[in-house]
Amino acid sequence: MMNTDKGFGETWRRFRQDKMAMLGMVVLLLISLGIVFGPLFYHTSIDTIDFTKATLPPSWEHPFGTNDLGQDQLARVLSGGRISMTVGMAAMVVAIGLGTLIGAISGFYSGFGDNLLMRLTDLFLALPQLPVLLLIVYLFRDGIKAIAGPELGVFVLIVLLIGGLNWMSVARLVRGSFLKFREMEFVMAARAAGARPRRLIWIHILPNVLSIIIVAATLAVGNAIITESTLSFLGLGFPPDVPTWGRMLFDAKDYLTSAPHMALFPGLAIFLTVLSINYIGDGLRDALDPKRNN
Amino acid sequence: MSLRFILQLVGDAHPTNLPMLSYLTKRLLISIPTLIAISIIIFAILALAPGDPMGEFATNPNLTPEVRENIRISLGLDQPIPIRYLRWGWAFIRGDMGYSFNSRSPVLDLLRQRLPTTLWVVGSAYIVSIFIAFPLGVISALKRYSLLDRLVTTFALLGFSLPTFFTGLLLIIIFSVQLNWLPFIYNSTLRVTDWASFVQQIKQSIMPICVLALYQSAVLMRFVRSSVLEELNQEYVRTAYGKGLHDFAVLKNHILRNSMIPVVTLIALDIPSIFTGALITEQIFRVPGIGSLLIDSIYRSDTPVVMAITFIYGILIVGFNLMADFIYGFLDPRVKY
Repeated sequence: MMNTDKGFGETWRRFRQDKMAMLGMVVLLLISLGIVFGPLFYHTSIDTIDFTKATLPPSWEHPFGTNDLGQDQLARVLSGGRISMTVGMAAMVVAIGLGTLIGAISGFYSGFGDNLLMRLTDLFLALPQLPVLLLIVYLFRDGIKAIAGPELGVFVLIVLLIGGLNWMSVARLVRGSFLKFREMEFVMAARAAGARPRRLIWIHILPNVLSIIIVAATLAVGNAIITESTLSFLGLGFPPDVPTWGRMLFDAKDYLTSAPHMALFPGLAIFLTVLSINYIGDGLRDALDPKRNN
Repeated sequence: MSLRFILQLVGDAHPTNLPMLSYLTKRLLISIPTLIAISIIIFAILALAPGDPMGEFATNPNLTPEVRENIRISLGLDQPIPIRYLRWGWAFIRGDMGYSFNSRSPVLDLLRQRLPTTLWVVGSAYIVSIFIAFPLGVISALKRYSLLDRLVTTFALLGFSLPTFFTGLLLIIIFSVQLNWLPFIYNSTLRVTDWASFVQQIKQSIMPICVLALYQSAVLMRFVRSSVLEELNQEYVRTAYGKGLHDFAVLKNHILRNSMIPVVTLIALDIPSIFTGALITEQIFRVPGIGSLLIDSIYRSDTPVVMAITFIYGILIVGFNLMADFIYGFLDPRVKY
């Protein structure tokens, strides 16, 4: 079977050999630790407005400088990172959940349902993602703000949209694998022994598809972080008083001449996070690849 | 190209051309309901959104309620959504995309004004990225694990992970603010008449093109590399070496021919995404293209323009998908339908 048989240890051993993937892991871990625990040690407020300290370059007092309102950028990068990461993870869960569900159903039960679901996948793939995303966020964010509050409402809207527009490739991958495994002897044997479809899907097939899903999930987090930042960068994300990395770049673009540091730190934060995630994803892909033997 | 010519081409490539033709006809027929579904989805999003679809007319204090009502009727907004959709669809098929709420001019005219700029930026970016990605991708696959390969793959992953809006801002900080070499706002009134204005045009286009090309070449490079790697271990390559062909002959006549099939297909599939990707780049450098028109129109609730542009993106995606299918069937005689 696939190398899930060889177990976690073997995969981890292979993963460790990939220096860049390990480096990505370390960097991502540092960023995550900084985001989670940083604000506990770094007490500077994220929203104290002080115009006498506007657009200051980095200094000991403000390691990442200050923005046009005199707010501390380091505190805002840390707090923005919590939002960007949470959005990335949550959107990934939505996308992977939807994709796995649709791919599994479609691959396991062929026939009319499969056909219908694949047409739906094709249709979603043919939608112009970014324009549709921008459009829905712009048109519906006031409505959802009124229902769920400005922060939670926008969070739910963005997560559902990013997830809801990115499940298709996962669905196709999962479906392909399900089609393959469905006909394999061990599944046939389980079926002959009287296993019900639910058991076949969960216990017999899904663990074999897991490696594909893990790689897709890793890359989906990075993708979702970029998409959220893009929305915020176009001024269509969270409200202005909630700092996210993309929103900070949006604010910075009018001060490129006087305060380039305003763009540098949040931009680097996005870049390093996504780069680490992509290296980890590539490393996982190689480590989990059953075709690779050393 | 006449249909007969296409049939002939297909016939030459495939002794049994009927299955392929029927496959392509099927694809063509499926793409029509897909397009209709896309247009219904976009139309529904716009029509069901809270807020007034009339945009600025609704809030303009100079208009009396009667005038407003008349405008509403003249725009057909008093009718139920399905009727409005059918009217829009029928007009769109005849090439009438309605009038912009904001500038009062036909949407088609606005598109005609903006399209050349977008095509210039997107087109040059794509050509640049193909010229970068293709040779580097092939070499890095051939010299796998060499220093060059490591540099290329690192560069590809960097370019792939750098969001275009950050690259854009970085380039502005470096080349416009610090070095003062390039202008950071795109001047759309510039007409290329002589050498000086041509240089001017190049100077103002370099950064937007570079931003798009960096990302695109990163994507393409990864793809070319893995596609060539896929072919390298095949038996036929070993046979070609075995019968004494030179490295370059094997590469040119055997490896590239096969590995380019998925690459060409990917390029076709990928072209629509560079158009939507240009949205952000146009916004950063204030390039007056289709993308920035879309974003401005979204902010101004200029429904007819938004509908037209979003749907055109949909048409691009479906059209290039179809083209990818066609190219794939044409290049790869093994494909059976």
